Amino acid sequence: MSHLDQVLLLSVVLTNFVVLGTTRLSTCIRAVAMQGFLLGVLPLVLHPSAGLTIIGLSIGTVIIKALILPWFLLWAIREASVRREVEPLIGYITSLLLGAVAVAMAFAIAGRLPLPGQEPALLVPVAMSTLIIGLLVLTTRAKAITQVVGYLMLENGIYTFGLTLAERVPLLVELGVLLDVFVGVFVMGIVVFHINREFDSISSAHLTELKD
Amino acid sequence: MRLVLLMLVPLAGALVAYGRWGAPQRLGWLLGAAALHLGLVASLWLRPPGPALGGWVAADPLGLVVLSLVSILFFVLASYAVGYLRVENPRGGRLFVSCLLAFLSAASLVVLSHQMGLLWVGLEATTLAVAPLIFHRHDRRSLEAVWKYLVISSVGIALALLGMFFLATAQVGGGTTGRLLVLEDLVAQGPALSPAWLKAAFVFLLVGFGTKMGLAPMHTWKPDTYGEAPPLVGGLMAGALTSCAFLGIARIVQVTTAAGLAEFVRPLLIGFGLLSLLVAAVFMVAQNDIKRLLAYSSVEHMGLLVLGLGVGGVGVYGTVLHLVNNGLAKGLLFLAVGNVVLATGTSYAPRIHGILRSRSVTGALLVAGLFAVTGSPPFGLFLSEFTILSGAVRGGHPWVAAAMLMLLAIIFIGMATVILEVAYGQPDPLLPKERESAWLLGGPLALAAGVLLLGLYIPGVLHDALARAATSLGGAAP
Repeated sequence: MSHLDQVLLLSVVLTNFVVLGTTRLSTCIRAVAMQGFLLGVLPLVLHPSAGLTIIGLSIGTVIIKALILPWFLLWAIREASVRREVEPLIGYITSLLLGAVAVAMAFAIAGRLPLPGQEPALLVPVAMSTLIIGLLVLTTRAKAITQVVGYLMLENGIYTFGLTLAERVPLLVELGVLLDVFVGVFVMGIVVFHINREFDSISSAHLTELKD
Repeated sequence: MRLVLLMLVPLAGALVAYGRWGAPQRLGWLLGAAALHLGLVASLWLRPPGPALGGWVAADPLGLVVLSLVSILFFVLASYAVGYLRVENPRGGRLFVSCLLAFLSAASLVVLSHQMGLLWVGLEATTLAVAPLIFHRHDRRSLEAVWKYLVISSVGIALALLGMFFLATAQVGGGTTGRLLVLEDLVAQGPALSPAWLKAAFVFLLVGFGTKMGLAPMHTWKPDTYGEAPPLVGGLMAGALTSCAFLGIARIVQVTTAAGLAEFVRPLLIGFGLLSLLVAAVFMVAQNDIKRLLAYSSVEHMGLLVLGLGVGGVGVYGTVLHLVNNGLAKGLLFLAVGNVVLATGTSYAPRIHGILRSRSVTGALLVAGLFAVTGSPPFGLFLSEFTILSGAVRGGHPWVAAAMLMLLAIIFIGMATVILEVAYGQPDPLLPKERESAWLLGGPLALAAGVLLLGLYIPGVLHDALARAATSLGGAAP
C-alpha cells in the first residue's frame, strides 16, 4: 500500500515534466487530465478506511479534473482551430531545467515545514513542485489556453497539500472549492474561445492594448 | 433562517431572471430581489439572529456592517441599472441581470460565513459572477480586461486557498479539538494555534485576498478592469466586491490578534497600505481616463483600509467607518462618471468639458463625489481618514501619518485637476442639453446624501456596531 502512494506521487511529478517538455497543446491537456486522475485516486490510497468525505472528494475530483475540464479544453482548441504548438516564451530545455530547480526547491521548502499529521514524506514536496511548475507554465507560455493549464496545475498543487487535511475538511467545503475551480476554468475557456475569434490567435501576447 | 434566505433570495432571483422575460419583468425581478435582500438586512438590525447551520453562518457586528453596505449599494445600483439598460442594452440584459444577482448571493455568503473555507468559496464565486459583467461589450478591449482580471484574481485567490490550508494546519498542529476553520473556535483557541503555520497562513491570505482587493503591487488588473467595465459594474466592484475581500483579511486579523501575533501582522499591513497610497499617487498624476483614475482612487482607499488596521487603536475604528464611506462614495462617483460617459460617449478626460452646464445634476454629483472621495469635509471620508490618521499618531507612527498626509495631498491634486476640468469650462457645442432620466440620478443622489450624512452625524446604532467591530479586530472606539 505504501508503495502505491509513492508511485502515484512520483507520477504526478512526471506529468508536470510532460507539460513542460511537450510541444503539442493536446499532449499538455492530456497530461493535466492524467494528473487530475492520479490526484483523484490518491485520497483513496492514502486513507484506505475511507469515509464518505474521502469517497465524495475522490469521485468529484476524477469527474471534474480528469474528465470534464480536459474534454472542454480539447473541445475549445478544436472548435477555435487553435494551432497545435505550445509557443513557449522560453525554450523547452530551459523550461525543463527550471522545472528541475522547482522540484529541488520544493524538497528544500518541505524539509523545513514540520507537519503535524502522519503523511507520506513525498506529499508536501510533490504539492509544492506542482504549484511552482504551475506558476512557471502560467508565466512562460504565450497561449491563453496554456495559461489555463498552468492555473489548473497550480490548483492541483494546492489540492495535493490539502490532502494532508482531507479527513478533517468538511465535504461541503471541498466540493465548493472543486465547483469554483470547475466554473473558473469553464469561464476562462469561454474567454479563450472569444480571444481566438477576435484576434485570430489564442496568444495572450496580443493583449497589450490596455496600459498606462 | 433569515441568514440562509439572504443567500437564497438573490440566487433564486438570478435563476428566475435568466428565463425568457421581457425587459421590464426582468428588471422587476432584479429590483424585487434587491429590495427583499435590503429588507432582510434591516430586520437583522432590529432583531439580531443567532448562528445558523452549526455555527458556519452568523452575523457579527463587522459582518453586519459590511452586509448592510453591500445591500444598500446593490439596491442603488439595481435602480440605476433600470435606467442604464434602457440606454445601453447589452444582449437583452439577460446574463447581465442574472450575474448581478449571482454576485449579491455570493457576496452575502462571504459576509455571513464564519467558516473560512466557505468564505473562500464565496469569494471565488464573486470573481466568477463579475467576469461576464466586465465582458458585456464583447470587444477587444473588454476581452483583454476580463482575461487579465480572471487570471490575476484566480491566481491570487488560489494562493489564498493555500493560506487557508496553512491556517487549518495551524489549528490541527495546535492539537485543539475545535471545529476546523470556524472563526469563533479559531479566535477562542488563538494562543494554542501553531505560530509558524499561522504566520505563513497570514502572509498567503494577505497576498491572496489583497490581490482581490487590489492592494499594490497586486493591483495591476484594476485600472484595466474598471476602465473597460460598465461604470455600474465598476461601482459594484469598487464598493462591494473589494469590501468583501477586505473582510477576508479582517477575519484573519481577528485570528492573529487573538493569537497574539499583532507585532508580526501590523508592519505588513502598514507596508502594503503605504505602498498602495504611493502607487495610487504616482499613477493618478497625469492620468487622463476618468475611469482609470477612479481605479487608482480605489487602490488608494484599499491602502487606507489596511493602513488603519495596521496602526491599531482608534485607527481600526476609522478603518471600519472608512469601509462604509468608501463604498458609498465609490458608488456615487462611478455612477456620476457613468452618466458622463453615457452623455459624451467617452471616458477620455481631455475630450470632455463643461458637464456642469450641459448636465447640471450629473456635474454637481461629479464635483460632490470628487470632494467626498478625496476626504474633504464635511463628507464622511474626512472623518474616517482623520480617525485613521489620529490612530497612526497615537499608535506611535508619526512618520506613517506624515507620509499618509503627503500622499493624500498629491492624490487630491491629481484627481481634482482631471475632474474639475471635466466639470467646468465650455461644453461641447455638439452635445445637446437634455433632461436626464430620474433612474440615472436617484441612486447617486441618495449615495451623496448618505456619505454627507455620515460626515455630520453617525447614528448611535451604527456607532455601537462599528465600535464592537473595531474591538473584535484588536482596536478601540474613539
